[in-house]
Amino acid sequence: MDLVDILFYVFAALTLGCGVLVIANPLSRNPVTSAMFLVLTIISMAGLFVLLHAFFLAAVQILVYAGAVIVLFLFVIMLLDLKAEARRKIKIYGLIAGLIAVGAILALFFKNLISTSPNGGSPPTIEGTTEALGKLLFTGYVLPFEVVSVLLLVAMIGVILLSRKKLE
Amino acid sequence: MHVGLEQYLTVSFLLFALGLLGVIMRRNLLVIYMSLELMLNAANLALVAFSRFNNKLDGQVLVFFIITVAAAEVSVGLALIVALYRRRQSAHVEDLTGLKL
Repeated sequence: MDLVDILFYVFAALTLGCGVLVIANPLSRNPVTSAMFLVLTIISMAGLFVLLHAFFLAAVQILVYAGAVIVLFLFVIMLLDLKAEARRKIKIYGLIAGLIAVGAILALFFKNLISTSPNGGSPPTIEGTTEALGKLLFTGYVLPFEVVSVLLLVAMIGVILLSRKKLE
Repeated sequence: MHVGLEQYLTVSFLLFALGLLGVIMRRNLLVIYMSLELMLNAANLALVAFSRFNNKLDGQVLVFFIITVAAAEVSVGLALIVALYRRRQSAHVEDLTGLKL
């Protein structure tokens, strides 16, 4: 087992452990702690991206998710008064329904994973550097790129419209 | 054991399952939103792993678009939650029964 494999297991354990603490923290129901553990999940997932040689995406993941999305979440948590929400308990039938659904979907996933056994073939050589990704983005994927920029503009206008004080 | 595609896919599946469990189990709109982000991230991890082990960069371009769309989705969704909170004084799904007969 070399260093890369050990790092994979460390980052995978961090990702999954912090993911559990996002959805069900035994010590605190406060959404702020959930948001903080979501930051940790995202940063360890950026580590997994680095191990997969997707360097540009690792940087974008930290910039966009940890930098922008989580800050937005924290702003909204501070804006809403969630003191009363924090004291509510998790319903037991919700837990049972969730476990049944999740068990079913995991069984489906792992059945497919075992029956296909995707490993084999040549060892990977690809590098997700900014240069390679940028070349692909501005040659083969120009139209989706422009459409996404329009989508961001529409989302921005929509958010301004939604968060006005009065909707006429 | 050498780390290959299977290990990455297993992490991705487990993370997706955690997000799904959070969406079904939790009753706070904000935490449900965070669980949705977990599910999107699980899909991102699977796509990056496929891209690496198939020697094609297209998966990573798709992840780039997913991150952009997720950012737009979060901003619109949080604006909706704030508007809802202004009207109902609650961000809890059990208090939002306007569609119930």
